[in-house]
Amino acid sequence: MEFFDIFLLEAVINGLLLGGVLALLALGLNLIFGVIDVVWICYAELVMIGMYAVYYTHNVFGWPLWLAMLVAILSVAALGAVLHQFVIRPVLAAEPINQLLVTGGVLFFLQAAATLVFGVEFRNIGVSLPALQFGGMYLSFARLIAFLVALGGMVGVYLFLTRTYVGTAIRAISQDRAIMPLMGVNANRIFVITSALGGGLAGLAACLLVLQYDIHPAIGLTFGPITFIIVVLGGLGNMLGGFIAAFIFAQFISVGGYVLHIEWGYVLAFLFFIAMMFWRPQGILGGK
Amino acid sequence: MLNLAAVSAGYGGFQALFEVSLEVKAGESVAVIGPNGAGKTTLLRVISKLIDARSGEISMEGRPLENVPSYEVIGYGIAHVPENRRLFAKLSVEDNLRMGAFIPAARAKYAERLEFVYSLFPRMRERRHQIAGTLSGGEQQMCAIGRALMSGPKLLLLDEPSAGLAPVVVQSIFELVRRICKEGYTVLIVEQNIRQVLKVVHRAYLLETGRIRLSGTSAELLDSDLIKKAYLGL
Ligand SMILES: Nc1ncnc2c1ncn2[C@@H]1O[C@H](COP(=O)(O)OP(=O)(O)OP(=O)(O)O)[C@@H](O)[C@H]1O
Ligand SMILES: [Mg+2]
Repeated sequence: MEFFDIFLLEAVINGLLLGGVLALLALGLNLIFGVIDVVWICYAELVMIGMYAVYYTHNVFGWPLWLAMLVAILSVAALGAVLHQFVIRPVLAAEPINQLLVTGGVLFFLQAAATLVFGVEFRNIGVSLPALQFGGMYLSFARLIAFLVALGGMVGVYLFLTRTYVGTAIRAISQDRAIMPLMGVNANRIFVITSALGGGLAGLAACLLVLQYDIHPAIGLTFGPITFIIVVLGGLGNMLGGFIAAFIFAQFISVGGYVLHIEWGYVLAFLFFIAMMFWRPQGILGGK
Repeated sequence: MLNLAAVSAGYGGFQALFEVSLEVKAGESVAVIGPNGAGKTTLLRVISKLIDARSGEISMEGRPLENVPSYEVIGYGIAHVPENRRLFAKLSVEDNLRMGAFIPAARAKYAERLEFVYSLFPRMRERRHQIAGTLSGGEQQMCAIGRALMSGPKLLLLDEPSAGLAPVVVQSIFELVRRICKEGYTVLIVEQNIRQVLKVVHRAYLLETGRIRLSGTSAELLDSDLIKKAYLGL
């Protein structure tokens, strides 16, 4: 019985570690939605591009891993800015359904383009970090790092949003866009910066996930739906709600997967989501 | 300082301003008075470039504002306190004030101006961490004026600062406008509260259905039969 508890504890801790990365993804998506009012359905595909960026710069060009990761983060940030300027901006005034379809189109475009350019083979950056043994439990070092870096990234975003002029403008613009010019704020510039920040967070998530997962053109489907569901669960646009929902969801996956079976973890998590949509459709903390 | 020459403007097929000409000299306080729908708010929006003039010219200190995007107008020294205050309701008082200092030239003087705004409105210092949406109406107006002052403007545009406030608060808002003028700001204020505003400003224009009907010093306007009959009920 004692043995059982240790594995359960291990599952709880793994869920916590997973929750960190999911929270990072949810933050990026929430930031974009909260500020620009458009859901980037293609968000996880940006992560996929970031993972390939790490793979190509590190494994093909032979750059050191830290540089490869930095380049990946900056490239995905730039991709986010480009996505806003050329795809989102023209449909800002359109119906939400059209905006959704457009970003959905980008999702399939990026997947198809990745298949064309990178091929369908699974790639791996070949960096394997040791497992940590801790009081009879085995914990993945890569997951621990991912958790800590994700937390650090979220703290960084929080400080940026609360301590800087541009960050304050990002929080303000979602409340009253029409008067931003009276503050001397070019609204489009703030949207581009927000999109780059959202992209940069996807790039950071890519750097963390590439340590744990193989890369392939459809890897976005592994995280995209979960991220979207977490964001809805937390309340669309509610960053704190998304943070909490990420950890709840991760526990369903991890502990549910341990108690029953790994596939059951996801089934339970999605069932929980559907039940919540009946009970609290506005999300745990309410949307914006 | 501010010059409007035969400015016309409107919305879609509707014309709201007809060849409005108006001048505000440095150090002056000027009011634009008029009934609902006269085009007062539209006039301030045109000056801030929130909407484009269809014809006519607007210049600030001799520099034309034509082709200046709305977000650069504040760089010319024009700060606009919009109708209904339009605070960022979910941000704190201090974050609202910080937004007023967004332009790079203002950021360098943030601490100094914040101190000035707090000395002008000690209430804002007490409430600096409060969420702006929970302030009382009068406090919100102070916050909105403080936010505009944070950019260090030469000219302050005020759109009906007394609207929706209790009579005693209205009194204190006009007192405040008087103090702001004394501090050396040039003020262009839009008001329906004609009797009160004419006690505060040097000169005024009467705007009716988009046209300037009358202009003169406050004393002249208070004395005119038109104002007495139509607006003061004498
Ligand atoms: N966004 C808009 N679209 C169409 N017409 C508008 C718009 N804003 C104002 N108008 C019209 O322009 C005219 C002038 O409006 P404006 O808001 O400038 O009046 P005002 O003098 O500020 O009135 P009030 O004292 O009630 O604030 C009104 O007839 C109004 O209906
Ligand atoms: Mg008005």
